[in-house]
Amino acid sequence: MTAPPTPGLSARARVALTATRALNAVSRRVGIGSGTVIGGRAGLAIDPGLLGRLAAGRTVALVSGTNGKTTTTRLLAVALEVSAGAGSVITNSTGSNMPPGHVAALAGGGSDGPVVLEVDEGYLPASVTTLHPRVVVLLNLSRDQLDRTNEVRMLAGRWRGALAGAMDTTVVANADDPLVVFGAGSAARVVWVAAGMRWRADAVGCPACEGRIVFGADGAWSCSCGFSRPAPDVWITEPGEGDGEAEWTDGRHHRVALSIPGRFNRANAVMAAVAAEALGIPADRALGAMATVDEVAGRFTTPVIAGVPTRLMLAKNPAGWAELLALVCPGDSPVVVAINARVADGRDPSWLWDVPFEDLRGRPVVATGERCLDLSVRLRYAEVEHQTVRDSVAAVGVAGEEWPSDAGRPVEFIGNYTAFHDVLTHR
Amino acid sequence: MSGSALRVVVVYPDLLGTYGDGGNALVLARRAAWRDIPVQLIEATSDGPIPEGDLYCLGGGEDGPQVRAAEAIRSDGTIVRAVGSGAVVLAVCAGYQIAGRSFPGADGRARPGLGLLDVDTVKGEGPRSVGEVVAEPLDGLGDIALPTLTGFENHGGVTRLGPGVVALARVTTGNGNGDGSEGARAGRVLGTYLHGPVLARNPALADLLLSWAIGSTEPLAALDDGEEEALRSERLHAVSRSRFTGRARS
Repeated sequence: MTAPPTPGLSARARVALTATRALNAVSRRVGIGSGTVIGGRAGLAIDPGLLGRLAAGRTVALVSGTNGKTTTTRLLAVALEVSAGAGSVITNSTGSNMPPGHVAALAGGGSDGPVVLEVDEGYLPASVTTLHPRVVVLLNLSRDQLDRTNEVRMLAGRWRGALAGAMDTTVVANADDPLVVFGAGSAARVVWVAAGMRWRADAVGCPACEGRIVFGADGAWSCSCGFSRPAPDVWITEPGEGDGEAEWTDGRHHRVALSIPGRFNRANAVMAAVAAEALGIPADRALGAMATVDEVAGRFTTPVIAGVPTRLMLAKNPAGWAELLALVCPGDSPVVVAINARVADGRDPSWLWDVPFEDLRGRPVVATGERCLDLSVRLRYAEVEHQTVRDSVAAVGVAGEEWPSDAGRPVEFIGNYTAFHDVLTHR
Repeated sequence: MSGSALRVVVVYPDLLGTYGDGGNALVLARRAAWRDIPVQLIEATSDGPIPEGDLYCLGGGEDGPQVRAAEAIRSDGTIVRAVGSGAVVLAVCAGYQIAGRSFPGADGRARPGLGLLDVDTVKGEGPRSVGEVVAEPLDGLGDIALPTLTGFENHGGVTRLGPGVVALARVTTGNGNGDGSEGARAGRVLGTYLHGPVLARNPALADLLLSWAIGSTEPLAALDDGEEEALRSERLHAVSRSRFTGRARS
């Protein structure tokens, strides 16, 4: 390991930095964890101010929201490589999105290039204060992990408080999500992107007055208190299936053609392109670079599992599931749905009843994962015929039996956080 | 039950829809339909009047929306009137607290509930009650004997039962009302802290509510509940295993 130069750090900070790097290297070598958290924790224990010191003087971009953080972070990092050069952007690509993971990313980065960090929604306020980001991308806010996270309305209020003090920060925010608009609305400079929002159940209560937000057919929304959708600076049109075009109020328009699927990913890419533009990369060049990304930490890859070509997708909450079900329906290939309820997933899978599994009627469906029995009961009441196979690899095998190997299209696998990672280790 | 179809009303899913409790109404509607009982599933959002119904479902929600829901249901008046003429109510978590006489707002100050249940809820002093619950139904429930109840609780309230209600069950794992009991019942109004949704994990409770709503004194026709039974036995087993190993409730 070659330690990059660390000018300007105090002796204490240098000790903390060395400890971070050493522990992460050990963690990676012995195979416990991906080497991004344990060292960061140690570094912060030795020097609580380490994160701010490591970020000082750097160009920092933060990406937060309930869904799409990891993908958008990756897309933005790739876009920034256009000018910074390949491999010179520092980012937490493993998804360790709290301060220890941020320390690890900065301690491990060997360059003085720009920094792109995915940030847990709850840690965004502290991260804004500590890291003085040039750009903050705010994607969406919705219910997630019911047993342990804050109410989303409270999160939006905390974002608003933190961004009010960030005078040198450009915020790129989703104009279609009332909670995001409330959270971003205090910032000195906001670029509003009409990034869309399929799941609206958490946005009906007005975050400004507790009244009721009314959504119009054209995406406009407003509350009687005056809080309403800001006029977007950038929006996305869908001229054809799987195709997108981003348009700016100044008349510019650029094609959004990605290697990863879905309306939500085109929206993520446009948010990233607007962020890249705020950091000096022309949006068309940023979008061109993003087109090369064909997977994000295993998502959207199509490995062969149990002998069956399988497209792997991750959805953690009702909003994420609604987007992915819309992506795979209509279609006729088998769908494997996988649910665990470990700490990282949230211990309470009641939210399965908020997911429109009814969309899967008529498809071959296999329920799997540690909570496959919760899923099987949910599918019964959705009147979706299904099989239940606890082991996720075996479940893919069962789905494969329903599907000719020369079909040319893969079996679809959608899992929540740890269920997705369980099957990812078998690719 | 009046008219031709059983009317199952989801009350304010936009305010009381945070914990998947909308599933309770779906379970009721499907279990009626599978028995060829005509049924109508109605979602009543908070921007309109609450319709006449035979069975009302109130779910869990966040503190602010809970206060607004209670105010709106009180001023609407339909549910309280309907209960007076025999309607059935399933009230879960925040909805259970609303159905009581008083409950705490986000600031801890007591707010008036609907008074359908003789219970008062205050903020608990300890950490939130979050985790799996197992509870044994009490004999006083009468009607049809229920098997062990299973569910997931997530609330910061302690609920005190007055003389006008009977507890639904006695907790063996989890906190429930906070005094060893779980839920409350008065007539055809039933309150509980259990999510899951509770009726998906306890189909016998769903059938009890349905039999009240259609005025049936005989047990409803049996359904093939193999999947529900498998889920129940797994959840009950998981709780007893984690108690045995001393691990946190999962």
